[in-house]
Parts: sequence; structure tokens; C-alpha cells
Amino acid sequence: MPNKEKLLVGLAGQQNAGKSTTFNMLTGANQHIANYPGVTVDKKSGTYTYQGVKVETVDLPGTYSLTSFSLEERVTRDFLITEKPDVIVNVLDASSLKRSLYFTFQVLEIGLPVAVALNMMDVATRNGVQIDIGRLQHRLGVDVIPTVGRKGKGKKELRDAILSTANRKEGKPLRISYEDLEPAIQKLEEKLQPTKLAAVYPIRWLSVKLVEGDSEAERIIIEELGASSPELEMARTIRREFEEDHYMPVADYMVSCRDRLASSIVDVCVKETKKDKTNISEKIDALVLNRFAAPIFLVATVFIIYQLSIVQGYELTQYWWPFLAKFRGFVAGILPDAGMLTDPYSRSMILWMVDSANALLNYIPIFLILFALIAILEDSGYMARIAFILDKMFYAFGLHGQSTLPFILGGVFAGGCAVPGVMATKGIPDERSRLATILTVPYMNCLAKIPFYTLLVNVFFVEYKSWVMLFLSTITIFVALLVARLLTVTVLKTKETAPFVMELPNYHPPTFFGVAQRAIERTWQYIKKVGTIVVAVSICVFTLLQFPGIGNEREQYYDTEINKAVTGFQKNIEKSSYAMQFQDDAAILDLVNLYTTYRAAKLNIKGAKASQALAQRYQKNHPDLFIFLKPKKDTGAKIINKAVRKLASKRKSLRRNIKEEQIEGSFLGSVGRSLEPVTQWAGFDWKINVAILSSFAARESSVATIGVLYQQGADENKSLEERMAAESTDGGFTPLHALAVMVFFALYPPCLATTIMIKVQTGSYKWMAFSVFFPTMLGFIVASIIFSGGKALDLSGIQMMGVFYIFVVALTVVTGFSSSRGRKLSVVN
Amino acid sequence: MRKQKRGKQCRMLGDCKPGQRATIRCHHGKGAIRQRLLDLGFVPGAAIDMVRNAPLGDPIQCKVSGYNVTLRRSEADFIELEDEK
Repeated sequence: MPNKEKLLVGLAGQQNAGKSTTFNMLTGANQHIANYPGVTVDKKSGTYTYQGVKVETVDLPGTYSLTSFSLEERVTRDFLITEKPDVIVNVLDASSLKRSLYFTFQVLEIGLPVAVALNMMDVATRNGVQIDIGRLQHRLGVDVIPTVGRKGKGKKELRDAILSTANRKEGKPLRISYEDLEPAIQKLEEKLQPTKLAAVYPIRWLSVKLVEGDSEAERIIIEELGASSPELEMARTIRREFEEDHYMPVADYMVSCRDRLASSIVDVCVKETKKDKTNISEKIDALVLNRFAAPIFLVATVFIIYQLSIVQGYELTQYWWPFLAKFRGFVAGILPDAGMLTDPYSRSMILWMVDSANALLNYIPIFLILFALIAILEDSGYMARIAFILDKMFYAFGLHGQSTLPFILGGVFAGGCAVPGVMATKGIPDERSRLATILTVPYMNCLAKIPFYTLLVNVFFVEYKSWVMLFLSTITIFVALLVARLLTVTVLKTKETAPFVMELPNYHPPTFFGVAQRAIERTWQYIKKVGTIVVAVSICVFTLLQFPGIGNEREQYYDTEINKAVTGFQKNIEKSSYAMQFQDDAAILDLVNLYTTYRAAKLNIKGAKASQALAQRYQKNHPDLFIFLKPKKDTGAKIINKAVRKLASKRKSLRRNIKEEQIEGSFLGSVGRSLEPVTQWAGFDWKINVAILSSFAARESSVATIGVLYQQGADENKSLEERMAAESTDGGFTPLHALAVMVFFALYPPCLATTIMIKVQTGSYKWMAFSVFFPTMLGFIVASIIFSGGKALDLSGIQMMGVFYIFVVALTVVTGFSSSRGRKLSVVN
Repeated sequence: MRKQKRGKQCRMLGDCKPGQRATIRCHHGKGAIRQRLLDLGFVPGAAIDMVRNAPLGDPIQCKVSGYNVTLRRSEADFIELEDEK
């Protein structure tokens, strides 16, 4: 027989049946696989060649049914009906055969050649479900191939079955009988057969759907035959007469016909040997979902995630950071050397870029652990339970049980990243809740907000450290809930909602590869963000902070100052025997640069051993100059050492002054200054304004910018905390100021990378713009209330914090309570 | 929402207590929600076990044709049950 050389195969099945893994098995493409419903939404295709036949395989969206209620269902149905693939591979979940058969029946009804891949056979066997493949094949009238997609079992058999199904001339697939309705459906079929529809649509399918009252089928008839066609009228009569006779909706009757058929098939084909084994999940649930124990398990889980990823992950960054520091050192070595007062732009800009990227890359160990743990939660089935436990709370604020995952990724407990958080909203079926989740995930405390908090807390709230940290990590949750509620009753009010109906899958142990793959994939998304957007924006911020520069007059002033210092240096070393070595400026610059890098390197290491190793390395690399770094008993070198120390210190302070003047006069500085009249209500001076503006690129930059702005005293080796405290008391910066700034920072808009992800997930620039402007306004208003209110009432920072906290918590409780009561009433009415 | 049918109050899934078993009579919901419930096995005539309430009282967990499914009370109130014998 003439076999086809090219085949089109559609892969259809319910969510979680392992369609993606089967697709990977067939085509060898690498793809995302998850346990959470709703992962496959796009149309994915792949091609393979088997026995000389080129097979194009399309991975269709996973849907429970082939009706026309959701986009995914319509996409799948349209593909099957209009593209008419040569074979439909129906992927079934062997461990829940009965429900999978509902879908199979709908596929068979379309009338195209079908092959069944009975997937997850291993899970079924483990659960004690024995399936008689021969009988099932006989009942369904199509090839049934047992597979384990995850392990690639059954690949050859399935490929064989696809070929033989495509080339089979006659088969006798199961025909679903609708019992009492059968005569009427057949009459309708006969009536539709002579119409032009028969050439395009499978008539049996169309008749069944018309009788069922499917809107899409009615639309087809109306479009092709007109709204008053006798066929449509006939379908409606059938429905009316049946409902009068049977006191039940036709659709309900048809569903129960399918249900009876599925039951009869399962009865003869499935034997459950280990009833008690299936009950393991139920036993775990009895404990884990117990009214009293559930909160304990939930809190314990979140605590373990926090401990392992944030606390232990931070430990790991100590081992990871040296690599990043080495990279910076390597880059610094290649770049042109530093000048006496100002560095070449190529040096300062590239180092700025590297520093911005390093600050973010430092978190990689944390993210790897965090994402691996979350993947374990998802794959084991506990994530669905978390949604079950928390849904009521989320629902009261317009969110969804499945908002849990995005919030955890975003950093509910101090530490996460909004980028994967916003991405994870993809699985939420309810459009209104999904948008509300996307717009509130950025309020969570991402890892990058923490250094800024730590800095301010260490300066202004030393005695109340842990209280303030608790305040910051919980206030964001309350605010996020309130904002979600506000948005869902206002701007999101008209968005589509969906029922919360979700399967609680049986627990099963996650596989190592599944977890590792997901953790690496999500971390990689984060690295990509750092590599592209953050680096690009850091250049913009750099430019805005550098230009227009300090002006000729000031430049000359600084030049004279440094020349004075150099002359001083030369005078100081006159008596040294090495004085001749340092006659020209280049030699002096080399020495000062070497001295500075050596000092910096020494600060970064600990212990006598490491310090010795460092000294040896410098001695080897700089044999002529090392003696001036460590003069020991050489008096001539001692003089030089003393002089260079003085020169380096003078140079450092001049450089800092230049930088401060530069920032103050820069574009960003002038914007910060011009905003002062408004931001004074929130207690922000121009320095804070600049830090906030620069943090839009990536939150990490705020601490770096503040570090530059508060620099007096840096020469005496004071820490940034001490400097800030000293300067602040002079400038009247109080804990109340700090509180307002921290709260603003907590509510501040998402960083640039997140806003781009928001654009991707919402598909609209409108929401992206909203996600920037709304939090800015909200943050500013709240910060102003805190600062101006606190000042008016003469409250200290910590007192105002208490007042504000009580207010927000009370508002949250009232809102949550009132909305759930309001809903109850509407249900009863 | 409690619909009057044949002159008396009918029993909805939301009224069930944990541990009770009942049979589904029909759906009061329409469209997507009805279809979703049907797909998950909430088929007229099917036996349904009410397993438990969530710790906060809502949603509820049911077992229907061997699967554990969770749904909100607002959805459970669309499912009418056969009267108790």
C-alpha cells in the first residue's frame, strides 16, 4: 500500500497527563515540564524521522475537555477539525484512567485516526492499578501503547503505532452511544449529511455537539446554513422534547452516558490490587491538611525554605563571591590604569557595569537552592495543598489559592525575586486574580531590597533591629493584600474570573532531574536578566550620574590640590635613598596605584596565612616596588612608605570630593534636587532621591549610590553606617526619616527587569506603566503620611512604626472580614 | 441561590458534612463552571464523598470517582444532591 512520506500528528490530552514528556520523548526537544495545571499553553511542534517518514508533531494545549469554553479548548478543537492531522495521539494518565476516558471519547467522536499513549504506567503500577491493555485496545478499537514518558519507555512502540494507525485503511473505533437519544441524533446526522458541511466537518461530531447545545457547533450551523436553518431547529426540538420527557438537561444526560461507558470500560480493564497503597496520599493529607496541624506544617515548610535557601544560601555566597571578585580583578587588570585624580571612562564605566552585575550574580547560590526547593514542592503535590489551605485568605482579597507560588518566589519572607514570581502567575486560571497577583508580587521583599534595609536599620534602629525587620517583612504582605483588594474592586473589576476547581494530585516523590532542570532554568532566567537589562540600565545610570561633570574651574582647583600633594610627597622622600626612583609623575602614580590595590586586597582577606600569601604574590609580581609596601627595616623604604600612605589618603579624599560634586551636579542629581520641594513631605533629601532614582535599574544600586553620597569620614576607615549616622545627625536625618524611606522602598515600583516581565505576562504596556506609576504614588503618599504625620504628632520613628503597623493590620483584617461576609450574603441570595 | 424545586429545599454539596457520601442529581451552574465540574467527574448520578473542609473552612475537598478535587463553597453550591434515603 502507498504509505505517506510526511505525517502530521497532533498530541492531545488532559493537563498533567504527561503530554509534554511524551512530546519530548517523541521529538527529542527539550521543554518545560511541571506538575501544576496549565503549563502548556503555546502551540509547540517538533519533527522526527522514523522509518523514512517525516513526522511533524504538534503539542496541543492540555485541556480537560474538547468543548468551547476556554481558549485552550478552542485552540485544540480548531486544530483537530481544520488541520485534520493524520493521527491524533491521545495521551492518557494511566493512574486516573476513568476521567481520561471522557476526553478520549470526545477525540474519538471527531472521527480521525487515533492512537492512545497510556502514559504514567509506572505511577499506575505503583498505585496498584493494573490495566489490561489488550481488553482496553479491544474496547476502544484503537492502538493502546503503554508508556512512561519521563523515562522514555514505549518510544519505539508509540512511533510504530503512529505509522500503522496513519496507514490503516479500516479500523473500528469505539462509537459512543447516547442510549435514548441515539435515534434522534442519527436522524440529525442523516439531515446534515447532504449539506455542504459534510465536506468540512465530521457529521457525527457536529450532530452530537448540536444536540448537546454547544455554542461553537451552533455558530458553525448559523454561519454556514443560516440562523433559521431546519437543521438547527431540529436540534433544538430534539433537546426540548427530551427535556420534557426526562426532566433533565440533555447535556447532563449525555455526560452521564459517557460516564457510564467509561465506568463499564474501567470495570473490565482495570484491577486495583493495592487499595491501601492509594490511601497513602489520603493518610498524609489527613495529617497535613488537619485543621490544627495544617498551619504548623505550612509555617514549618516556609521556615525550612527560608532557612535552607536564604540563610544557608547566604553562607554559600561567601564561597561564591571570591570568584566574582576575581573576575572583577581580572577585568580591572585589563582596563587602562587608574589616573591620579580621575579615571579614564573606559575603566570607570566598565567597572561600574561589572559591579552592578556582580551584586546580582552574588545571589545565584540562594536562587539555585530556593528554586530547587520550590520545584520539589510543586512536583511532590504539596504546592496544590498550599493553594487549598490558603485560598480562602487570598480569595478575600481578590487573589487566588494559586497566588501562593508567585508570592513565595517573589520573597514573602525576605528573599526572592519578582521576575520568576511574575512568571509563575502563568498557571492561575482566573484572569482577574492573575492580574492582581502580577501587580502585587513586586511588593514582596526581593533579595535586593535587603541590603538597603539592613543599612538603614543598622544606623537608625540599632536597639529595635529585629522588630523593624519583622515589621518590614510582614507589612509588605498586608499592603500587597490591600492593594490586590483595591485593584480587583476598581481597575480589574471587569476582568474575567474563573471557578476555583483544582485536583489535589496524589503525592509522589520528585525526580532529581525534574527538580534540577527547573531550578537551573529559573536561575538562568535570572542570570539573563542581569546580563542584559541590568547591565544596559547600569550604563544609563552611570551616564546620568557622571555628566555634565564638575566644570573646568573646579577641575583646576583639584589639579592644584593634587599637585601640592605630589610636591609634598617628593619633599618628604628627599632624604630617602630611593628618592631618585620617583622623579616623574608616572612612577609616583604606579606606586600609589599599587599601594591602593594592595591595601584593598588586604582588607578583603582574613588571617595571617592569607595575608602572607598575598604579600608573597605582590612580591613576586612587583619585585621593585614591593619593598615600599612592606619596608621592614629599610629606613629609606620606610620614608617612602610613610609618604605614599599620606599621598594615597589625600588622593582618596580628593577623589571622593570630586565624585560627590559630580553627582550633585549630574543630571540625576539635579532631578533629585528639583524633586526636593515635593519629597520633603516624605522627608527625602536630594541624596535619598538620587538613590531611589538609581535603584530603578536594580535595587542593589541604591546602597552603592548612598555609599558614594555619604562619604565624609571614609578616609578614617569608618563604615558606611557610621558615616551616615554622623552626617545624618548633623543634617537632622532622624529615625522617622529612615522609616519613611524604608516604607517607600518597600512599596516602590518593581525594578526594570520586573516591569519587562510584567509586560510579557500581561501582554500590555498599559499594565506595565501602571505597575510603575501606581506604586510610586502609593509609596510617596504613605511615606508622606508617615513622615509628616509623625512630625505633627511628635512621634519617634519606632513609635510611628507601631502606629502605622497597627493601622495597616487593622485595615487588612476589616477588609478581609467584610469581603468574605459580603460574598456569603451574595451566595445565599 | 438555594433553589426551590418540587416545593422543598434541595440539598447542595456545600451543605454536606465531612465524611458524608451522596449522589449528584444535577448542576445549577452554567457554561464553563459546569463543564469544569463535569470534566473532573462531578457527573449526575456519580457518588461523591465529602472529605474535609480547608483549615479556614473554605474551600472543600471531595472525592469523586477516585480523585481528590477541591472547590470553593460558592461552586459547591451549584451542585444539587439526591435526597437522603
